[in-house]
Amino acid sequence: MEMNPFSLVISIVKIVAVLAWLYGLLRVMGHASKWVKIAGIIAAFGIIQLAISLPLGGGFTILNDFDTGLLFQACTMAMVALGLNLIYGFNGQFSLGQWGFYGLGAYAAADITFRWTRGDASGLLVAGLGVILVGLVILGLNRYLQRYRSLPVLSAFTLFLIGTVIAATVALVIGAPLGRMLSPLFGTSNSPGLLSSDLVLQVVFVLAVLIAGVFAAEVSFLFGLPVLSLGSDYFGIATLGFTIVVNTLMVNTDTILPFPEMKGGRGMVGIPQLTTWFWAFVFLILVLVVMRNLIHSSTGRAIMAVREDETAAKAMGIDVASHKLLSFVIGSLFAGIGGGVYAHYIGFLSPGTFDFITGFNPLIIIVFGGLGSMTGTLVATFGWIFFLEGLLRVVLGYLGPEAPTWRFVLYPITLLLVMLLRPQGLLGKVEWGFLHPPAAKQRKPEPPAIQPGPVEATPVAR
Amino acid sequence: MQQANPSQPTRVIARHPGAHLAWIGKGFLLLLAVLAIIVLVRSFFDNPQLFIQIVISGLQLGFVYALIALGYTMVYGIVRLINFAHGDVFMVGAFVSYFAVSYFNLHLWPTVVFPGIPVGVAVVIGSITVILLSMIVCAMMAAVIERVAYRPLRTAPRITALITAIGVSFFLEYFGALNFVFTARFIPYQRPFSVVTWYIKDGIHLVVAGQAAPIGSITFSNIAIIIMVASILMQVALQFLVRRTKTGKAMRATAFDKQTAQLMGINADQVISITFAIGAALAGMGGVLYAIAYPSINTLMGILPGLKAFVAAVLGGIGSIPGAFVGALIMGQAESLTAGYISTPMRDAIAFSILIIVLLVRPTGIFGEPEGEKA
Repeated sequence: MEMNPFSLVISIVKIVAVLAWLYGLLRVMGHASKWVKIAGIIAAFGIIQLAISLPLGGGFTILNDFDTGLLFQACTMAMVALGLNLIYGFNGQFSLGQWGFYGLGAYAAADITFRWTRGDASGLLVAGLGVILVGLVILGLNRYLQRYRSLPVLSAFTLFLIGTVIAATVALVIGAPLGRMLSPLFGTSNSPGLLSSDLVLQVVFVLAVLIAGVFAAEVSFLFGLPVLSLGSDYFGIATLGFTIVVNTLMVNTDTILPFPEMKGGRGMVGIPQLTTWFWAFVFLILVLVVMRNLIHSSTGRAIMAVREDETAAKAMGIDVASHKLLSFVIGSLFAGIGGGVYAHYIGFLSPGTFDFITGFNPLIIIVFGGLGSMTGTLVATFGWIFFLEGLLRVVLGYLGPEAPTWRFVLYPITLLLVMLLRPQGLLGKVEWGFLHPPAAKQRKPEPPAIQPGPVEATPVAR
Repeated sequence: MQQANPSQPTRVIARHPGAHLAWIGKGFLLLLAVLAIIVLVRSFFDNPQLFIQIVISGLQLGFVYALIALGYTMVYGIVRLINFAHGDVFMVGAFVSYFAVSYFNLHLWPTVVFPGIPVGVAVVIGSITVILLSMIVCAMMAAVIERVAYRPLRTAPRITALITAIGVSFFLEYFGALNFVFTARFIPYQRPFSVVTWYIKDGIHLVVAGQAAPIGSITFSNIAIIIMVASILMQVALQFLVRRTKTGKAMRATAFDKQTAQLMGINADQVISITFAIGAALAGMGGVLYAIAYPSINTLMGILPGLKAFVAAVLGGIGSIPGAFVGALIMGQAESLTAGYISTPMRDAIAFSILIIVLLVRPTGIFGEPEGEKA
């Protein structure tokens, strides 16, 4: 991208416009009428879609492919960051494992659709069946183990692990032959079969994304169950370890794990490109709605109470351990969904995308936006992506081949400045439109503003 | 009608249903431990030479990690900050020595100044000068980083300091990767002294340059010995500093309770600066020795050793100096045994799995004291 003052102004305008669009979207989603909400979401989608596809002559559009890519990236990243905000911002569990779950989701979803487009339904069947069976086993065991309140965490973990392994084996034994039986339905590459039309592919894509999300959630359950009992910093380190373990496994998918199609460290190629930014937008809205409703429910208040003071929460009758686990699992679910969508955009996954260094990005985003503020997370994600990928790229465009390095020199400086000048995050506790607590709840006297995390309360100068 | 049995175990079980199932978890861990021991013992008896060779290379790695881990554990003990930039200080140490040796020939200064000096003495003095220079530069850099980036955030939420540490780490890595600084390429490192290798087979023999050691022998090099000796020396010196000197007393007091320490007239800011500087000096030394042992340097080289060292510090119980040492040795062994017997890329995964398992059994690490109250 060549450097001129015009393109600089354009990218600043784009950042402002995207944030304004986000504000409008959240405002219209906060409208009381259901139909206005739906119409608003569709209109918000339509505006962007128009900007992407409306020709201005000469092959130009308002948002070019690059900007669309940024939008897509921002939407998937927002899901991951929202999940992390649920874990860290709202529940106070300092996690660095979000990126690992993102990667798990991406690889799981990619594998399912990759196999499907090559006439192999076993990926979908085994993964789907496995996810369902493991989910049932976990839920069932969880209910059964409720009666043993003092069951040591490690014993519970062992039982869950055994159950999961059994369920996964059953899924593998049933699913793989079933997949082989179904493969005649696909036809060959010459004569497309019944099940390889575009519509079916889209359905498979959505299923794959959901399966990937649930898969990530189940892994997070198994991992979080023992590890969440550690103290805050130790939990952070253990989750960092999780990200690194997942990344190492990604590098070894073809040698240690039995997935030759993932091609290990060379990166997985040939993933069908089944999504435009449409699905990222749809899933983001879904995640947003689920998250907002969760946060403003009694469960959400319990989750926040755990963040404020575990002892006090316990005294109020809140099951601290299970609420920590719940927020961790749901946060990972969001990350897995984000990953599943991400995998199908450029059709290429590389383990380098999921290393732990990049894994700090969601954390940086939520701290930027303000811990415990969903709006802050959204704004920070969109602003961050458009700033780092858009603006900085343009500004540094004329530095030549060293531009990418300069980008990562200026980025930490910005980071340091923001941290030094505004340690509570850009937006603090502000919520826009839809993300406000519902009106009915606001009539009661609200407790004073809640401070984030395991972090000491700091007096905010006004 | 029978009266309820008042004996202790029944009551405990009644009040804590499920407590009697603790054996499941313990059995699981025991199974893992037994499996690991079986694998190790079997590989030892399969090929003892190879096993010992792997252990030696693990020791070499472990002692380097120990040097870095000491800085992590001291800083965390005092300010409760995971100093992600510490690994990059290690990198800077390696680069300082690279420039000192390759551009300024600093390791040759004794022969220039005192032309008649014996070669051995000159090499020793020159190498020590290079290492000292790296240590001083790193210490000064860490003190500056602490002053600029961390001190203004002393009262802010802890997470902001952590993010700042990540930012500093990025800055050092990518600023160093710029062409006018260090460049992003891997640079072959010129050693201040040459590496000599010996092999043990019916006595200790020198490996002649250009020839391989005979099959079935155990080799070790002078750099391995230097790393071990230097690391142990630093460990002892640090223990002396922390346990026997006034500065060490001030450090321990600040780590224990900063506010009270300040009330007792301790300049906490100064103590924290000194802690950062000492930790960075050790990391700088580690960087030089690491670069001599594995002579290819890059601005991103500090990330993984730094992280491993941090894991080692956590493993041993963060805040405890002997803990960091023991943890680093365990990490070195785990890494080199995994690389030797399972697969090289899996070594990071195994290292972290060990960390997670150890934390589950002893949540504050091997040497860590149980946390009384929330920090």
